[in-house]
Amino acid sequence: MSILIDKSTRLLVQGITGRDGRFHTEKMKEYGTNIVGGTSPGKGGTDVLGIPVFDTMYDAVNQTDADTSIIFVPAKFAADAIMEAADAGIKLIICISEGIPTLDVIKAHRFAQERGAMLIGPNCPGLVSPGKSLAGILPAQIFKEGNIGVISRSGTLTYEVVYHLTANGMGQSSAIGMGGDPVTGLYFRELLEMLQNDPATEGIVMIGEIGGNAEEQAAAYIKNHVTKPVVGFIAGQFAPPGKQMGHAGAIISGSSGTAADKIAAMEAAGIKVAKEPSDIPSLLKNMMK
Amino acid sequence: MKIHEYQAKELFSTYGIPIQRQILCTVAEDAAIAYNMLGKEEVVVKAQVLTGGRGKAGGIKLAKSDDEAVSHAYNILGMKIKDYTVNKIIITEAVNITAEFYISFVIDRNSKSVILIMSAEGGMDIEEVAAKTPEKIHRFSIDPFIGIPDYLARKFAFVLFDKIEYINQFVPILQNLYRLFINTDASLTEINPLVITDREKLIAVDAKMTFDDNALYRQPDILDLFEPTTEERIEADAKDKGFSYVHLDGEIGCMVNGAGLAMATMDMIKLYGGNPANFLDIGGSSNPQKVIEAMSLLLKHPNLKVVLINIFGGITRCDDVAVGLLKAFEEIKTDIPVIVRLTGTNEEEGRALLKGSRFKVAETMGDAVRLAVDSQ
Repeated sequence: MSILIDKSTRLLVQGITGRDGRFHTEKMKEYGTNIVGGTSPGKGGTDVLGIPVFDTMYDAVNQTDADTSIIFVPAKFAADAIMEAADAGIKLIICISEGIPTLDVIKAHRFAQERGAMLIGPNCPGLVSPGKSLAGILPAQIFKEGNIGVISRSGTLTYEVVYHLTANGMGQSSAIGMGGDPVTGLYFRELLEMLQNDPATEGIVMIGEIGGNAEEQAAAYIKNHVTKPVVGFIAGQFAPPGKQMGHAGAIISGSSGTAADKIAAMEAAGIKVAKEPSDIPSLLKNMMK
Repeated sequence: MKIHEYQAKELFSTYGIPIQRQILCTVAEDAAIAYNMLGKEEVVVKAQVLTGGRGKAGGIKLAKSDDEAVSHAYNILGMKIKDYTVNKIIITEAVNITAEFYISFVIDRNSKSVILIMSAEGGMDIEEVAAKTPEKIHRFSIDPFIGIPDYLARKFAFVLFDKIEYINQFVPILQNLYRLFINTDASLTEINPLVITDREKLIAVDAKMTFDDNALYRQPDILDLFEPTTEERIEADAKDKGFSYVHLDGEIGCMVNGAGLAMATMDMIKLYGGNPANFLDIGGSSNPQKVIEAMSLLLKHPNLKVVLINIFGGITRCDDVAVGLLKAFEEIKTDIPVIVRLTGTNEEEGRALLKGSRFKVAETMGDAVRLAVDSQ
């Protein structure tokens, strides 16, 4: 098994005719993701790589029975795209777009929640259940089917870690990039719960970074609810306070959000925290023995 | 993006939030004119800098004559507060305070909403209050589709006040502050302290606002208030090129694709005994033009001794990245040692291409960082 997406996932691509949308649609299709359609207002009735394009998400969902969507539209229109997807009945929305105003994300997230939809992102690389389905911009070839769940606030750092895992013969059940913004959808706690309940997952890697206190909350949750071994990594141990480190959410505010606090909370909860990304496979192997 | 107290107060005033009269000065002598214009016996001279701790640093002083105002202005203008030089002051009328409160709206990651934070312990560092006496802090999550109608504003007001005179003043302050927050795409609006004067009036004696950088494209009036430091100017220029750059004081320049990996690279440099000169995320791809622009940014750093390029080849394969790097460095003129660490798809092919070039090539992040530290 896996979490959130698998072979039965029916995916729509919002913004399928744009440069990024088209490029990654091709990559996802190559991987074997079941892409049933896309949207681009005014281009309904055409197709991209043989995939039907619709004007609205309402048409697309009606005609394809899609349950999941991925968003590649520019930041200005992305929050609206989230709301359209949720209103049309999509149950899992993955928003890749970066740079959406936070107040728009807050509204779109609340709206999606009220419609019973889950959101991943924005400003995220998406997710993959290796061998089954890929909904995102992650490089498919580094992943391998297996039993490790990976959840992360980062993109390339996740790839780095996954690369080491795969090189050490440790495949992945699902890998999820949650996004680097201050406000995003599904986060550590919810995803940890899903991975704990997923029979195919036997070990978990969580990759955090400075800013906020989600890692501390995740540590508390792990201590009480997660029986599977967890290895962690926190980026930004030497980041200067008050500076935004690339991700809008990666900022130490006052005395909160530091890497030291997160690492201490995680270690206190029995999570092994790696000093370098390349240490993660061996730490996890030892815990899974 | 941050703005000064006086700018935040001007916005407050536009939104009907009561403030003291204030006059901005950049020359010490003008403090006398300001003193006389205000026509009050007591005024406060306040440093305008984009950092906290002004009071402790001696940047806020009471004056009882025009001479005294000028003498404080002399001392405060040009003063350094946490690396920020004071170039502006305000002269503002002093008020007699009978009680102080803390009020703010801020974006809360956990509830994924705007929250209202209030405390009767005003005028103090709110983080300190939260750490020592968390029960004195009241938090309320605001529904973005409901906002703060009168009934909610009254509910919040009665948490802090009991006299109806204060409730009637506080309700519009709360509603207007929230309206200001939403209309300007703020990430923080803070009044600390909101005071009750001896005339039983509620007034915002200090004001702090920061704004969501992602929303500045639709907030031209706010963007006009941006007063970047030299470093912030460099960082803003880098952002226009699609980079995330943060200036640091070390000697090892870094160029990395992805923010998380860039932070991890900085961490490892420190771990191995070096000091990063910067944080630089050049974004997902790494075409030659991007590398050229990123290198010219790094080469401006006065302390730069070595450059470490750490690229994960995902969608763009390592062999393509290697070709791009070779091409870029045909145009870059520098003798500074450059260490390249490529990992990901086709990494062996990529490293082979770089063999015999000007680059020192490393296989693991540890090796690359050690090489960089040793090459300084």
